Amino acid sequence: MMDLLWTQAVFWALVGIALLVIGLYALIVHAHLLRKVLALNIMSSGVFVLFIALARRAPREAAGGADAPAQVVPAPPDPVPQAMVLTGIVVAVAATGLLLALIVRLRSVAGRTTLDNRADD
Amino acid sequence: MPATTEMGSGRDRRGASRRESGGQARGPASARPRRELPLAARVLLGLLLLALFCALALAVLSLPSPAPGLSAAVAARLDESGVSHPVTAVLLNFRAYDTLLELTVLLLALIGTWSVGTAHGCAGSPPGPLLRQLPRLLVPLMVLVAGYLLWAGAHAPGGAFQAGSLLGGIGILLCLSGRPLPRWAQGWPVRLLALAGVTVFAALGAGAGALPGGALLAWPPGWAKALILAVELAAMLSIGAILAALFAGGRP
Amino acid sequence: MGKSEADRAMAGLNLIEWALDAVLALLVLGLALAALSTPALFRAVVLFIAFGLMLALVWARLHAVDIALAEMAIGAGVTGALLLATLLRLEPPIGRGGEPGDAGDD
Repeated sequence: MMDLLWTQAVFWALVGIALLVIGLYALIVHAHLLRKVLALNIMSSGVFVLFIALARRAPREAAGGADAPAQVVPAPPDPVPQAMVLTGIVVAVAATGLLLALIVRLRSVAGRTTLDNRADD
Repeated sequence: MPATTEMGSGRDRRGASRRESGGQARGPASARPRRELPLAARVLLGLLLLALFCALALAVLSLPSPAPGLSAAVAARLDESGVSHPVTAVLLNFRAYDTLLELTVLLLALIGTWSVGTAHGCAGSPPGPLLRQLPRLLVPLMVLVAGYLLWAGAHAPGGAFQAGSLLGGIGILLCLSGRPLPRWAQGWPVRLLALAGVTVFAALGAGAGALPGGALLAWPPGWAKALILAVELAAMLSIGAILAALFAGGRP
Repeated sequence: MGKSEADRAMAGLNLIEWALDAVLALLVLGLALAALSTPALFRAVVLFIAFGLMLALVWARLHAVDIALAEMAIGAGVTGALLLATLLRLEPPIGRGGEPGDAGDD
C-alpha cells in the first residue's frame, strides 16, 4: 500500500512537471499576450499538481492490535502544501485579472496585443 | 448605470478608436505574416525543455520515501487551533501570515486593475430571457451554499476562499444578466467591502499581538474559533467583492 | 478474509484506480496541449475552462477536496469568465465567427 501511494504520487508529480514544461514552451513560443496568459495559468496549475502530488506521499503505519497485523493506513495528506496551493490559486486569479486588464488597456492604447512593436500587427 | 447605455457608449468608443488607430490592417489571418520562432529555435527550445523535464523528474524520483511531511506536526497541535479541519487550521492559524499577505495581493491586483482604466460593460450582448431570470433561482442558492461553506470550513473542506469565490460568481452572474451594480453601491460600499478582509485580519492580528504574552497573529486558544470565524467572514466578503470587481475590469 | 483474498481484492481495486488516474492524466494533458496549440482564441479559452474542470477532478483524486472546490470556482469559473470577458473587450472583439480574420488570431 505504501508503494502504491508513492507510485501514484510520483505519477501525478510527473504529470505536473509535464504541464509545467508544456506551459513554459507555449509561454515562450506564442506572441499573443492572451495565449501567454493561458500558458502562465497552465504552468501554475502544473506546479500545483506537483505540490499536491508530493504532499500525498505521507503514509503512516498504524499499530495493529494484538490479533490484527500492523496495517499501513494512508494518512490524511499533508495540509501545509494544500494550504499553500489554495493561496496560490487565489494569487493566480488575481494576477490573471490584472494581466487581462493590462492587455485590454494595451490594445486600446497601442492597438496591438503583442509585446513587440513590429509594424505588422 | 443601466447596462445598455454603458454598452452603447462602449461600442462608440470601440468604433472611434478603431478609426483613430490608423491604418492597421485587419486582414484575414492568412494574409498576415506568422511571426513565430523559426523551426530550429523551436526544436532547440523543445530539447532544452525536455532536459528540464528530465531534471525535475529525477529530482522528484530522488526524494526520500516515506516522506516526513508536516501532517504529524499539524495533527499534534490541531486541538489548540480552534478548528478541526487541518487545512483551515494551517491557513488561518498556523500560517495566518501567508493568508494575510494573500488577501493583500488580491487587494493590490484590484488597485492595479482600477488604476488602468474604467469599468467596461458587463455583457457583450443584451441577456436573453433565460439569463435574465436565472439569477432569481440561483443567487439565493449560491448565497446559502456560500454561507454553508464558510461555516463548514471549520470541520470539513470549505472555508473563506471557496465561499468568497461563490460570492464573486454571484457578482459575475448578476453583471452578466443585466443587473450591474447600482450607482449608490459603486462608491464607498465596494471599496469598504474590498478592504474589509485585510483590515479585519490585520486588526485582529495586531490585537492578538498586543495582548500580554501574545504574538502577532497568534490567536489565544480560548478565542481562536471565534476569531477565525470573524476573519473568515471578512475575508469571504472581501474576496467576493474583489473577484467581481476584477471581472468588471476597471474603476466603477 | 484470508490475506491472499484481501490482496486480490486490493489489486482489483487498484486496477480501476490506475485506469482512472491514467484517463484523468491523459485528459488533463490533452486539454492543456489543445488549449495552447489551437489557432482560434475562443476555442483555446473554452478548452482552458474544460482543463480547469478536469483539474478539479484531479484534485479530488489526490484527496485535496478544499483545492477541488476552489479550483472549480476560481480556476475554471472566475478565470474562465475573466478570459471570455477579455475576448469581448479587445478591439475588435474576438468571437467564434467563421471567417478566418474573426477566429481570433490576433
